[in-house]
Amino acid sequence: MTQSTPRPTARWNLIVDVALCENCNNCILATKDEYVGADFPGYSAGHARHGRSVIEITRHMRGSGHMVDVTYVPRLCNHCDDAPCIKAAPDAVRKRDDGIVVIDPVAAKGRKDLVGACPYGAIVWNEEAQLPQNWTFDAHLLDQGWTEPRCAHSCPTGVFTSVKADDAEMTRRVDAERLETIRPELKTRPRVWYKNLGRAKSHFVGGAVIGKVQGVTECIEGAEVALIADGQTLATARTDAFGDFKFDGLTRTTGDYTVRITREGFPPATAKAKAGVPTYLGELSLGG
Amino acid sequence: PDGSTRYTQNGNGGPTFVYVKDGKILRITPIDLDPSDAPSFVIRARGKTFSPDRRVSINPHAQTLKSMVYSDKRILYPMKRVDFDPNGARNPQNRGKSGYVRISWDEAFDMVGNEIKRQRQVYGPGALAIWHGSHHQWGNVGYYLSALLRFGNLLGFTRVHHNPDSWEGWYWGATHHYGNSMRVGVSGMYGLVEDCLKEAEMIVFWSSDPESTNGYAAGYEGTKRRLWAKDLGIEMVHIDPNFNPTAQLFGGRWIPIRPGTDPALSLAIMNVWINEGLYDKDYVANRTTGFEEWRDYVLGVEDGVPKTPEWQADETGIPAHVVRALARKWGNRKVYLGAGGPGIGFGGACRNATGTQFARNLVMMMAMQGLGKPGVNFGNLQYGTPLDPYFWFPGYAEGGISGELQWTAAAPHTYCRMPHILSMNPVQQMVPRQRLPEAIIDGYARGYPWDGFSNEAQFQAYEYPKPGYSKIHMLYRYGTSTFGTIAKSGRYIDMFRHESIDMVVNQAIWMEGDAHFADVILPACTSFERWDISEVANSGGYIHHNTHGLNHRMVMMQHKCIEPLGESKSDYDIFTGILNRMGTGAMFTEGCSDLDWARRLFMASDASKRVKWADFVKKGYYVVPPEPEAIRTPRNYGWFAEGRPKDAPEPIPMPSQWSGDFLKGLSTQSGKIEFIPNSLKRFDAVDPERNPLNRYVPSWEGPRTEALVKKFPVQMISTHSRYSFHTYGDGKDSTINDIKDHRVNVGGRLYWVMRINDEDAKARGIAHNDLIRVFNDRGSVVCAADVSPLTMRGVCKTYESSAESDFQHDPRYGLVDFGGCVNILTPDRPQTRNTDGMGSNACLVQFETWTPPEHALLRA
Ligand SMILES: Nc1nc2c(c(=O)[nH]1)N[C@H]1C(S)=C(S)[C@@H](COP(=O)(O)OP(=O)(O)OC[C@H]3O[C@@H](n4cnc5c(=O)[nH]c(N)nc54)[C@H](O)[C@@H]3O)O[C@H]1N2
Ligand SMILES: Nc1nc2c(c(=O)[nH]1)N[C@H]1C(S)=C(S)[C@@H](COP(=O)(O)OP(=O)(O)OC[C@H]3O[C@@H](n4cnc5c(=O)[nH]c(N)nc54)[C@H](O)[C@@H]3O)O[C@H]1N2
Ligand code: SF4
Ligand code: SF4
Ligand code: SF4
Ligand SMILES: [Ca+2]
Ligand SMILES: [Ca+2]
Ligand SMILES: [Mo+4]
Repeated sequence: MTQSTPRPTARWNLIVDVALCENCNNCILATKDEYVGADFPGYSAGHARHGRSVIEITRHMRGSGHMVDVTYVPRLCNHCDDAPCIKAAPDAVRKRDDGIVVIDPVAAKGRKDLVGACPYGAIVWNEEAQLPQNWTFDAHLLDQGWTEPRCAHSCPTGVFTSVKADDAEMTRRVDAERLETIRPELKTRPRVWYKNLGRAKSHFVGGAVIGKVQGVTECIEGAEVALIADGQTLATARTDAFGDFKFDGLTRTTGDYTVRITREGFPPATAKAKAGVPTYLGELSLGG
Repeated sequence: PDGSTRYTQNGNGGPTFVYVKDGKILRITPIDLDPSDAPSFVIRARGKTFSPDRRVSINPHAQTLKSMVYSDKRILYPMKRVDFDPNGARNPQNRGKSGYVRISWDEAFDMVGNEIKRQRQVYGPGALAIWHGSHHQWGNVGYYLSALLRFGNLLGFTRVHHNPDSWEGWYWGATHHYGNSMRVGVSGMYGLVEDCLKEAEMIVFWSSDPESTNGYAAGYEGTKRRLWAKDLGIEMVHIDPNFNPTAQLFGGRWIPIRPGTDPALSLAIMNVWINEGLYDKDYVANRTTGFEEWRDYVLGVEDGVPKTPEWQADETGIPAHVVRALARKWGNRKVYLGAGGPGIGFGGACRNATGTQFARNLVMMMAMQGLGKPGVNFGNLQYGTPLDPYFWFPGYAEGGISGELQWTAAAPHTYCRMPHILSMNPVQQMVPRQRLPEAIIDGYARGYPWDGFSNEAQFQAYEYPKPGYSKIHMLYRYGTSTFGTIAKSGRYIDMFRHESIDMVVNQAIWMEGDAHFADVILPACTSFERWDISEVANSGGYIHHNTHGLNHRMVMMQHKCIEPLGESKSDYDIFTGILNRMGTGAMFTEGCSDLDWARRLFMASDASKRVKWADFVKKGYYVVPPEPEAIRTPRNYGWFAEGRPKDAPEPIPMPSQWSGDFLKGLSTQSGKIEFIPNSLKRFDAVDPERNPLNRYVPSWEGPRTEALVKKFPVQMISTHSRYSFHTYGDGKDSTINDIKDHRVNVGGRLYWVMRINDEDAKARGIAHNDLIRVFNDRGSVVCAADVSPLTMRGVCKTYESSAESDFQHDPRYGLVDFGGCVNILTPDRPQTRNTDGMGSNACLVQFETWTPPEHALLRA
């Protein structure tokens, strides 16, 4: 394996654990608290009070009936090492030695084109100031000795972890914690890493198994459920006390799944689900 | 390093550091504890060790406060309505329509002072009514239970008496089964975090969304504790019409239920427990009374209708087999019942038509499962941290500087430690807050009081007017929240304009809501612009030891961080100014500034024994060390379950209220949990709506009110706003408005969000973020639709607390609000006839795509 050139400087990274995000919006509000009505010369001009913030939370909902789940993904500037915004405006956007991408609040004046330059939509246009603005990692605070940005400081569940590390160390951590980036196909080498993105990117197939016990309809616990595609069993599960089962983390986008349910003393049941969409099959009755 | 000064503040959303530079607030952040602060508690459970973060979490409504302070809705000068002339035409009919002109403070004080005197002379005592909201910013000096009461008592006023809005069903119902009247019907919570983490196998969240409401004033302090529970594998179940943020974060089985049908579900669960023997027979035999009669009702012996899972399915929409699965799981395990956001009570379900039945049934369920045994209790980890319960610092119900004898705990707690001039309101006339419009428009109102001193106090009906007093002719409104928060709030428009009201004063910080209906507006400043002192989350009596929802007890200096904006003044200074016109100003202040009072309160408290005043003011806070691990307060009700004398550190019930030996049993007639309460039998044994036998009576505005359902087929629930604290934080140009789940910008106007089910939306051709008209016979509100599967079919969910109102008259529909005051749609009927319990949390509505009118609308 080729070693990337070792960097002498430790640089900033942000890890975002979406499993812990509860959409409280403190990260957005703290960032607005910092920038609305306050200029930090050399770092950022004040932000607009209203409208889209430099941090955005997207909501990903799956399922129907009682089998639903929601994942919130905070999105902010990725501080890309290979940043399209810098390519688009090398005179107005720069990369600091510590990895942070700064849009110069003077040089970038009027550069509305930069909004389109970021493939992540991370640049917000400030109409009043006529400035494109990103989430700056709160560089002005880090330079004063803060160890993390405002969003991390106000997050009640610890979604954000700020890591100042050299790149090799960070790579180790990325592997160990199975961190991902948003839209890796863009190859911009983001410095913002995500954990537990799975639920936002994958599908599930689930259902609730019922059957007659001594003439009374009951939830069937402990039924064996197999998820089958192309004649192969991809996974098996057992129903819980409510008769529920759920195959999560599915990423196929085409074809059909077959779900096969067996439980001693009951005739088996099968159901079909389309790949590529989260599916709650509803109540599935053993023996009709 | 950046030249700013760091101050401290405290509020409903938690304590904060406030950085100020050049006389302006630069930033507001959560507080990081430093190593010199007291250590944090440690809990050991199932082989793991848990200790809280050394950072105090805050709510969104705290994180937005800078934008609230610097809001273009701030009222910066005293004002009077342009067409209001106290010496000539007063034009009450134009309240809410005409604009304002700036006046000086001298003119304002004269106008209000003279009118108070005129009212006394023309009408007599009682003509002045003082009317405030439920919540204040925070502080022991500038609180409505403090300075406002002292002010009112020095004037004499008709009290606008609050219903127990947070507690409702618990107060009117649960109390009668197990006492706790001084907790307004909810349960105590000592030691429960440790017990739950150590022993419980499952938590049932029932109408419980602590991630939205965080108990009360506790930041996100409970969130980490629930994450510990998840880590330990404690199962969770959520019974709610909405897959709420708590369910979203922690997962677990969601059991969607039709609003207001919860009593039917609980009956069916109890039915399974009885039929399958899944209840604690020993406990029921020794710790309860009346079970046989209750059992006969549940089994259908009494009325021929067994309350089976099949029976409840038509009511609740929950399949019978799911109920059986839940009942068996519950019956076979040690389960915490997280009732309402705090876990020990509350919940939207206690605030609808069947709220009293709901709370009563939950107490009976806990009685059947052995309330107080290890791992069996009320709670959801929101309350009951191992903090020091013996350290005394006044909570706001301890009256602050009020010296108020009757309606606060000032006399027993504060006065004896800080002698000050006591005060009392000689006017005994009261109006129920929910009936104020009827009192003024019809001249008559009747209500039942919120009074926790005994189970029976709530039975004493009172009437307005009270013999010999004047009717109300002057309204002194403190705050602006009515249209957003009070049931069927369209009533208040007519009330404000009633000709019998000679003057409406509004003392407010922001121009919103009720302020638009005032004749004279007195601009108050925010707590950032005045001195105060307080403890985080310490509400005092209503929720005794509410501080135990926190991870650290913290006494806070509320620094005056900046000068009051414009000509606004502290409430304290406004009261002083008016009382100076009456000659009682010095009696009010005792020569003290608000800072002097803060110091007096500090010196009276236990904090002065631990830290010097000067050091405290400099640092801004003091962390109270937790209970030493070896002598932690035992879990609540353990004493009751085990038949020991009570060992919970709460001063309730009163010594006379034990029916047997002191400290033994509960404050019910039998000292036990009563399935058929004696207090209700004594009051009204044949009450059809609140019978001693808690029979299921379907909601008077729900799926069973068939004529209404035909027109308005959707049940709307209006619960507490996740991002604002009621009206505090909403509107007024705050940054909260930009949260997609709070308001949605459509065509430049910020609309209130209505969460609707995706299939209901499809059936009506409504897309995400479309504007919809939500309506019933009471009016219409235009909202932005949030379309998702997270709210069950046939239900829509919104928040009750819009601060904005924009009432228009649309010839097609009548009253239409664009601000988001959904409470104009809610019923003002009391939950049951012999109570004042509000039932506004659920109502019937219909919604459709909003079509803008072709003609201009008229201001309503
Ligand atoms: N439909 C429905 N309605 C409900 C509920 C529900 O669940 N559903 N819940 C109910 C419950 S539990 C509650 S507690 C009520 C709350 O209802 P309210 O008490 O009416 O609401 P708040 O917004 O807390 O009102 C406080 C007011 O005081 C003002 N204020 C705060 N601090 C200060 C200060 O320092 N000085 C001055 N001058 N003014 C100040 C605020 O600006 C605000 O106008 O709502 C109830 N309404
Ligand atoms: N952020 C924030 N926090 C607050 C407040 C605030 O305004 N904002 N207010 C504070 C105050 S004063 C109070 S009283 C407490 C209130 O705290 P709670 O009374 O616990 O809160 P609610 O939001 O009324 O209701 C909680 C849950 O009940 C569900 N629910 C509503 N109707 C029904 C029903 O019929 N059946 C069932 N099973 N569930 C139902 C709702 O969907 C919601 O998830 O919160 C306090 N905390
Ligand atoms: S995320 Fe967008 S704005 Fe940020 S560095 Fe990458 S390209 Fe530039
Ligand atoms: S502060 Fe944390 S939990 Fe809240 S929305 Fe932001 S990332 Fe999510
Ligand atoms: S010590 Fe103080 S409070 Fe106690 S009795 Fe004597 S005077 Fe009263
Ligand atoms: Ca703030
Ligand atoms: Ca049990
Ligand atoms: Mo309340």
